[in-house]
Amino acid sequence: MQLTTLAEAVSFTSPSGVLSSFWLLIAIPLVSAAILLLLGRRADRWGHLLGVASVGAAFVLGLVYFISLSGLDNKELSLNLFRFMPVGDLKVDVGLLYDPLSAMFVLLITGVGFLIHVYAVGYMEHDPGRRRFFGYFNLFVAAMLLLVLGNNYVMLYVGWEGVGLASYLLISFWYLRPSAATAGKKAFIMNRVGDAGFVIGIFLLFATLGTVQYDEVFNNISKLSAGTVTAVGLLLLIGACGKSGQFPLQAWLPDAMEGPTPVSALIHAATMVTAGVYLVARSHPIFDASETAKTVVVCIGALTLLIGCVIGCAKDDIKRVLAWSTVSQIGYMFLAVGLGGAAYALGLIHLLAHGFFKAGLFLGAGSVMHGMNDQTDIRRFGGLRRYMPITWATTGLGYLALIGIPPLSGFFSKEPIIVSAYHHEGWLGWVLGTAALLGSGLTAFYMTRLFVLTFHGPKRWTDDVKHPHESPKIMTIPLVLLAVGSVAAGGLLATSVPDWLTPVFGEQVEHGENWLVTGLTILVTLGGVGLAWVLFSKGTAPQEAPAGPVVTAARNNLYADAFNEAVFEMPGKYLTRALVYLDNRGIDGLVNGLAAAVGGGSGRLRRAQTGFVRSYALSILGGALLVVAAMLAVTLG
Amino acid sequence: MSNFPYLSLLTVAPAIGGVVVALLPKDKPELVKRIALGWSVAVLAVAVAMWAGFSAGGPRMQFRESYPWIPAWDVRFTFAADGIALVMLALIALLVPLVILASWHDAENSRRSVPVYFALMLFLESTMIGVFAAADVFLFYVFFEVMLVPMYFLIGSYGGQQRQYAAVKFFLYSLVGGLFMLAAVVGLWVLGGHTFDWQTLIKADFSTGTERWLFLGFFLAFAIKAPFFPFHTWLPDAGGAAPAGAAALLVGVMDKVGTFGILRYCLPLFPNASKYFAPLGMALALVGIVYAALLAIGQNDLKRLVSYTSIAHFGFIGIGIFAFTTQAATGAVLYMFNHGLATGLLFLVVGMLVARRGSALIGDFGGAGKYVPALAGVFFFAGMASLALPGTSPFVSEFLVLVGTFTVNKTVAVVATFGIILAAGYVLWMIQRTIQGTPNPALERVEAAKRDISLREAVVVTPLIALILVLGFYPKPVLDVINPAVKATLSDVGASDPAPTAGAITKEAGK
Repeated sequence: MQLTTLAEAVSFTSPSGVLSSFWLLIAIPLVSAAILLLLGRRADRWGHLLGVASVGAAFVLGLVYFISLSGLDNKELSLNLFRFMPVGDLKVDVGLLYDPLSAMFVLLITGVGFLIHVYAVGYMEHDPGRRRFFGYFNLFVAAMLLLVLGNNYVMLYVGWEGVGLASYLLISFWYLRPSAATAGKKAFIMNRVGDAGFVIGIFLLFATLGTVQYDEVFNNISKLSAGTVTAVGLLLLIGACGKSGQFPLQAWLPDAMEGPTPVSALIHAATMVTAGVYLVARSHPIFDASETAKTVVVCIGALTLLIGCVIGCAKDDIKRVLAWSTVSQIGYMFLAVGLGGAAYALGLIHLLAHGFFKAGLFLGAGSVMHGMNDQTDIRRFGGLRRYMPITWATTGLGYLALIGIPPLSGFFSKEPIIVSAYHHEGWLGWVLGTAALLGSGLTAFYMTRLFVLTFHGPKRWTDDVKHPHESPKIMTIPLVLLAVGSVAAGGLLATSVPDWLTPVFGEQVEHGENWLVTGLTILVTLGGVGLAWVLFSKGTAPQEAPAGPVVTAARNNLYADAFNEAVFEMPGKYLTRALVYLDNRGIDGLVNGLAAAVGGGSGRLRRAQTGFVRSYALSILGGALLVVAAMLAVTLG
Repeated sequence: MSNFPYLSLLTVAPAIGGVVVALLPKDKPELVKRIALGWSVAVLAVAVAMWAGFSAGGPRMQFRESYPWIPAWDVRFTFAADGIALVMLALIALLVPLVILASWHDAENSRRSVPVYFALMLFLESTMIGVFAAADVFLFYVFFEVMLVPMYFLIGSYGGQQRQYAAVKFFLYSLVGGLFMLAAVVGLWVLGGHTFDWQTLIKADFSTGTERWLFLGFFLAFAIKAPFFPFHTWLPDAGGAAPAGAAALLVGVMDKVGTFGILRYCLPLFPNASKYFAPLGMALALVGIVYAALLAIGQNDLKRLVSYTSIAHFGFIGIGIFAFTTQAATGAVLYMFNHGLATGLLFLVVGMLVARRGSALIGDFGGAGKYVPALAGVFFFAGMASLALPGTSPFVSEFLVLVGTFTVNKTVAVVATFGIILAAGYVLWMIQRTIQGTPNPALERVEAAKRDISLREAVVVTPLIALILVLGFYPKPVLDVINPAVKATLSDVGASDPAPTAGAITKEAGK
């Protein structure tokens, strides 16, 4: 396998010139968030403008830094702002790293983030909580930037939890809805399960290497035993699975759609949920050193991409189909970064391309909902192409990009992953490749279903929908820009990203083309499209029809929720109830029993005792004061 | 400046204030409150000056004062503070004015004497400062016991339902623990060279058996006070019945005497016994983390819930102390300080919610964020600090405790880390049931429940929120003060940090 990256040393340099201010990327949205949240209603009138402007400013700065970085020889710039936790041998800095990998993420987060912020100005126009929304949104951007810009694992973790907080706040943004409150809590707790694994991985790094700095960790991986490296890799992977909605921690992500649609687009599609991919890519020296850890990553990726596809085929809620599609596409990214070597870059290309087209698809879904009284059931749409032509066109391009129709971006980003999967050694390569291939057929099927049922075929609207309409310009312009990205980005990224990332991952040998797999992929995709077209172009029943066991299972998220409930929630509930009983009757009963026994054992005596202690307490206070006063008098006199 | 008698002044001044306030006429409640507040702010100013005068790199015990008291037994009024005591003193001086301000209407609402209430607060401050400032074991014991009295009256006279029961239980339980300590204190005097002076006693040597018995005497008192599992059942009762302000002081400061006592007395005086019993201490603390967190999830009363979360937090402090590493012990001390800020804030906000609704039952809330959005926001913030979210100061201490424990005992650290998942559970479920979800129709009918945070309440919470955030990102000023004291304590025990197991690392990669 690829061992080239192992031998190369990581050495960070200090930034100079304009780049020495790259901490501003985080500071600007953070300050904006603080202003929006602290000023309260006083900022209601202009809050959203500040929110948009701060992310726009960060994007412009991100471009400036990106251009400056591309002119440098040493592209890994580390900046320590101040010492965070200096205790004994533990030295954690508030320190940042700007390198090709983080630079790319900065552009994705601020660029796509800016477009979604603009869109949200329109989408949230009539919501009384719009300022609060932008406060949380800015907080998210700041935390996400810290996540990708930290130069050590603790900073990464701080950003990691920060985006978790923002995600929670935005999922339960309409907190008076019980379903939103529940979904937010579920997301937070499932993420914390992952975080616990992640943070234990950090502890293990400190206990073995005495450091949590990227450069010091990566340069000393060879000193660790094979078991330790695998353990660190798997612990980090638990965190990655939590944040990225990968098996077995995938159940929270579709529920996260309870938040406003721009949130789904930015956080639960384009950026935050890809943090797990970032973590694995950033920690590539650790994963490169452990075949076991990498194998687990690819297996989780392949399994999750199939889970996402299967469930996506059976859902009727437009946002949930897209959410399961996100789960599935991140599965592709995990598969890629787990394969390692040249596939690291492929995973990241897919991540960037996905950021564009999935954000566009979600915003398109939001635009549809905007015109349809906030309905989300695709069985109740139909024939909307005539009423929302711009949304139809942009969503259509995003859809074609996602299923990987050449020459749109998904083709350039996904097909090479499938090829790489087949190149994996042994029988596992065949399994992975076939899973990825099958996945692209299923993706084509469920996305065609979604697109056709929404925009084509007969109208199946509910009675309250009278005049569906196109969204205002402030929403459609971001849609158009994202659609342009979905069309153009793929080829551009595929040619430039591998070179750009060479300083991070080292020189990689690329697999050649494999026309057989490419042809098969296109064939399977077209098959999926065709099948869905045949089944759904005439519309569908407005209500769910009874279905076979497979469809029922898929509609129930393959029983993952039921499993969690049966194995964790219910026993947990009984356990806490039993413990409350034990504590009140058992332990406290023992204490009270002992007290009662000493006091004579009767309720009447206890009442007598009460009076006794009150006066006893008073006499202690009086006595103590008296003694102190007397002694003072004696000693002073 | 270090010759200035800061510690005795800090101890005596609030007591004098208490006497003054108690003597004020009952029909002038506003005057009483203002004087009490002003007095406590003046005490805070002295504490700030003392912090400024503390030299972090200087001798271990600073501001030492010693006056004879009972010459026959060599009992003296000896005060001195190390970095650990300093941060606790600062915490007391900060919390008391805020609690006084937060409790502005508590006494009227319970239809009891206003002057007595605020006098008790000031007496409590005096005794709590005394217990942390004492450097004479006998003096410490006296404060340790006397401290119970004002709190007993605060709970018993001004508390909610079942206040009598809770107050008696609190008093008796602590008293029993104190008696074991008294026996150990006497034993210490007899065997330790007929002195109570802490700085002399730490040089004393005891036979193995004696040392263990003396350790247990102190430890039992501290384990009840902290409280550690299974000596914790008095706390939910006391915390549930006490007025919110008193509860904030009870959990925020007074209980820290337990963990402070272990660090100041058990470890330096009985180092071998401490090592011998460390697994026991760690086990109790670890059980507490998981057990109390599960119990917190099962509570249906806000104040009892917060009390249980505190027991879980004390578990973290406990494992931090008994891990005997720099990171864990520093984390534990920082935890004591941060927990005072975070749980203090949480209790005060819960008090504000309870005062509005007239009930602490979670079922009486629901969707309260609709009516009191700003207060709900503060409540949420306090919850996040309580679950140690990064960016808030408790994260730093929890991280240090866990990472320091992990280097010596992986199992304990891993199990304790599960505590952070449970913490998310109890905090978020509490928030979901109180401020989120469909608004409880009963809230609509209670006029007070629709008034958002007042200016007075905003003044109470702002300094706490600011400190939690600032120290969440920049904890160094506090760490610098704690570090030397922790190092000295660990060297008393003879513990040193384990080296990284993979050997020395290279900054730059080799060829």
